[in-house]
Amino acid sequence: MPLKLEIVTPERLAYSDDVDAVTLPGSEGQLGVLPHHAPLITTLGAGELTIRKGGTEEHFAVFGGFLQVRPDRVVVMAETADLASEIDLERAQDARREAERALETGYHEGADLSSARAALQQALTRIRIAERRHREGPRRRG
Amino acid sequence: MASQREIRRRIGAVQNIKQITRAFQFVAASKLKRAQDSTLAARPYSERIDEVLADLAAVLTGEDHPLLSKRPEVKRLIILITTDRGLAGPLNTNTIRFAAREITDHKGDLAVVTVGRKGRDAMRRARVPVEAHFAGFGDRPSFADILPLARLVSDDYRAGTYDRVDIVYSHFVSTLSQRPTMDPLLPVQPAEDTEGIPGRQFIFEPNPATVLDQLLPRYVATRIYQAVLEAKASEESSRMVAMKNATDSAEELIDDYTLAYNKVRQANITREMIEIATGAQAR
Repeated sequence: MPLKLEIVTPERLAYSDDVDAVTLPGSEGQLGVLPHHAPLITTLGAGELTIRKGGTEEHFAVFGGFLQVRPDRVVVMAETADLASEIDLERAQDARREAERALETGYHEGADLSSARAALQQALTRIRIAERRHREGPRRRG
Repeated sequence: MASQREIRRRIGAVQNIKQITRAFQFVAASKLKRAQDSTLAARPYSERIDEVLADLAAVLTGEDHPLLSKRPEVKRLIILITTDRGLAGPLNTNTIRFAAREITDHKGDLAVVTVGRKGRDAMRRARVPVEAHFAGFGDRPSFADILPLARLVSDDYRAGTYDRVDIVYSHFVSTLSQRPTMDPLLPVQPAEDTEGIPGRQFIFEPNPATVLDQLLPRYVATRIYQAVLEAKASEESSRMVAMKNATDSAEELIDDYTLAYNKVRQANITREMIEIATGAQAR
């Protein structure tokens, strides 16, 4: 039985296809989902989502949100989801520097420090995944 | 009748106006396309969040979270979404009039949070207390843009500042029709759990209350985001239609002026010919 995977963010449908398996960062630890998984709803952390499909792998950097698993379907409702090959490394580095500066100076434009901390975590996740997965070099943001 | 030169000047003026309104029309048309695309693109997320909320509602009750609890509706808050810029036909007037009816009908305390300059100005004139104002979110509202607004209303509802929050915006029916609409926002009313697997069969990790606690603020933000996107699409389509009408009117006016111009020109030629003829006879 195929497993239908959907990755949605508030702004778009990032991925929708049948896959063999998917591993993703649950808030309670890394999580692997195969077809016939028990129904599950959980919160997501920040990290790498790996899609396995017919011997190939695809990687997304996901950040925050929720996961709904049914035996035949997995829905990832992430705050952001970027395909590894589409992450703009320079932009992520900029975001990281900015967030670090905000944390050092204790001032973050228009928001509190927890959002700067979140931005830093998000930038670090993106950078980690992009550096590991980049083969075609940096491209525009998806 | 106006002189030939005077009419020619007017034709020129109307032609300039026509060029501008036509440009506006095309800009609005392309922005409308983009606004419609983002509205459609945002829909899957919102549907999935609704589903999860319905699943959660099956195992939790209204007492489990302050954003779910219903209270007597004494103090109301209305989020009014309008545009920043004008030249959008009757759109803002309709939305504001719709909100005004709701405001005058309510007997207790009421405040508004406005998105878009037009709504804020109207509320100020009407002396309705404006709790907060958010300048419009540009041509391409992003989810991050509306998070401060979502947090503000959620926090105020939790704190008991308001007992009910509604959102008034212009619903995008089609390019030719936009309808002012009011959607209840808080307390959150989960949909019926009809789709897929019943909520009771799900395992919730770490537990239903924690998931709910994280989900509800997202849900509120998603609802606001949807309304903002709909309002954006309505704005662009309304502006496009208004500008098309203005362009058509300008064309009609140019035709009328051209006719008048030709009449005056003909009259002048005839008069000159008569003058020449009489001049020749007199000699």
